[in-house]
Amino acid sequence: MNAIQVENISKRYFIDHQKKHGGPSGLKESLINGIQSLFGSKPKEATHSEKEEFWALKDVSFDVAQGDRIGIVGHNGAGKSTMLKVLSRITEPTTGRVTVRGRIASLLEVGTGFHQELTGRENIFLNGAILGMKQAEIKQHFDEIVSFAGIEKFLDTPVKRYSSGMFVRLGFAIAAHLEPEILIIDEVLAVGDAEFQRKCLGKMKDVSDSGRTILFVSHNLTAVQSLCNRAVFMNRGQMVAVGETGQIITDYMSKINQTSLIREWLTPEQAPGNDQVRIRKIELIPQFEVGQTRIDVRTPVKLRFEFWNFVKNAKLNLSMHFNSMTGETIFNLASPQIDANPGLITGEVDLPGNFLNDGTYTITMMIVKDASTVLYHLQESVMFEIDDYRGGVEWYGKWPGSVRPYFPFTIEQSEEVNV
Amino acid sequence: MTQETIIEHGRSQKNYWAEFWKSTELFWILAKRDITVRYKQTALGVVWSVVRPVLTSAILFFAFGKVAGLPFEEGVPPKLATFAGVLIWQFFANSLSQVSHSIVGNSNLVSKVYFPRLILPTSSVMVGFVDFLVGFALVIPMYLYYFFKQGFLPSWQLLFIPIFLAMAYLAAFGFGLLLSVMNVRYRDFAQLTPFIIQFGFYACPVAYSPINIENESWYPIYNLNPIVGIIDGFRWTLMGGHAPFRWESFIPSVIIISVVVFTSVAFFRKRENSFVDYI
Repeated sequence: MNAIQVENISKRYFIDHQKKHGGPSGLKESLINGIQSLFGSKPKEATHSEKEEFWALKDVSFDVAQGDRIGIVGHNGAGKSTMLKVLSRITEPTTGRVTVRGRIASLLEVGTGFHQELTGRENIFLNGAILGMKQAEIKQHFDEIVSFAGIEKFLDTPVKRYSSGMFVRLGFAIAAHLEPEILIIDEVLAVGDAEFQRKCLGKMKDVSDSGRTILFVSHNLTAVQSLCNRAVFMNRGQMVAVGETGQIITDYMSKINQTSLIREWLTPEQAPGNDQVRIRKIELIPQFEVGQTRIDVRTPVKLRFEFWNFVKNAKLNLSMHFNSMTGETIFNLASPQIDANPGLITGEVDLPGNFLNDGTYTITMMIVKDASTVLYHLQESVMFEIDDYRGGVEWYGKWPGSVRPYFPFTIEQSEEVNV
Repeated sequence: MTQETIIEHGRSQKNYWAEFWKSTELFWILAKRDITVRYKQTALGVVWSVVRPVLTSAILFFAFGKVAGLPFEEGVPPKLATFAGVLIWQFFANSLSQVSHSIVGNSNLVSKVYFPRLILPTSSVMVGFVDFLVGFALVIPMYLYYFFKQGFLPSWQLLFIPIFLAMAYLAAFGFGLLLSVMNVRYRDFAQLTPFIIQFGFYACPVAYSPINIENESWYPIYNLNPIVGIIDGFRWTLMGGHAPFRWESFIPSVIIISVVVFTSVAFFRKRENSFVDYI
């Protein structure tokens, strides 16, 4: 008996391309169209052609057996989150049909509906009710929740005074005590410190060992691998493959290992961004030795970026997260801040050789205003692979670690004893 | 037996209403949230629920009763009549603005969890209801005052208070629901709501009695405003038989409110599954 049966699900969105001068499309336009159609004349074609169809999901079908722990992997924009939203009934599919057997709870965010003014205690009951728990169930688990989150001392403090860590811990603790037959989880592990992430993963393992069905979306492939027995690989709204987790992850890795060292958009209309900033170009330029064609651990690289700024008198800086293939951020590079005016902003940064270990890396590019507000961020802006190079080392195992610095080492035999 | 849910485009769940009734706990906890949060970090707290209707009534009594000199019916204590009008009007107006804001104001919930969306507008009225009850407690000292002053006594009409409260609730719910749905697509309606409320304040007999206009030729049109019937009726319940029961405003009010509630619930049900795509 399948717990979830997904049959040919598609989801269409319309993207509004707003006119440059006309302002956002609103009531006025709709009213004018409405009145025109009342009098028999057709609404202007122009407004139609500005709406572009976009299929976030296209003809996706798969089954989830009772007790399965399914991971959904794929790039940003592959349709993973839309899939979860359809399954958790937050948005309806355009076509297709899903049959769900059993009580379902979804956790698309930690601490959904927390109210800043309410105390930890009040928020436990509020959030529990929102996630579909009965008040009696919450009372029963109350002490466990509090001790799991480790907030005993702050139970009667408004959550607006909580640190972000406490906030997240409390949110997860409540969700971890949900007892649905089917649990849907989206990227919640992306928050919290490493220690807490381990705790969460452990808790989720417990939940799955108790025979419940889990659907899990994450960029963190390590988490997917250790939690899920099956995986679905999605790309551009379509399901590419479904099967045993190890197999799917290998497939996924090989697909995404096709590196892309340059991303460029010619006009602001096509470029990713918003009305404040749009990214024009990001390029990774390897500084090869003569005769070299591939980046290896010794190769220095230069990163060059260009973006359009539309904000007057803005203090801007650029921040780059370097992420490993399993989704962890290895380090963050932040540029100095400049006083920017509308126009093109360019810059570059050099990464020395003998720095990153071999592997595949992606860069998340963030444009930050006033050192605090992220105006726009582009995940997986470029992706690059670093080959292994050992030089004189006569050892061929996997070199551990994220970085591989070449620090001058000295080693010598300082004394010799004759035996 | 495990429950089976089918998710499809435009499918209204057969067990929608069953699910709605099962969510009573969520209903109460959301209402409790709104009420608790209402007066957080205020020094006077719930006293505000008394201060607002009292001050409003005082200034209205001054402007309409003293300055304009508009009379109430024979034997009706004018201060009490003004206060009654303000109480029920504020209940309606607060509920209307809460309901119309309920979906957009809870967009963090709507975009992250599923529950019957109708819970949001229905529970958002509870804040206004608590305000009403607190303000209503003031009617008792006013009764004592008028009893000693002129031997005024309320009567069996008091038993009908719940009917007019329910009508005010349903009117706020019906109109607010339409606004809440439209507000998801076009925030223009968020701008419109306060204006409707301000406009309605003068278009309804909040601070005056229809006795001043009942001989006008347009009086039947005036009565098509469903809130007129609610205010007339509520005032009738409190006046111990001194204010007339006005069938001419009561009947249109009942009909219009019923129609609006049914159409707005249908409209809401049709749109609720796509809220998240536009919010």
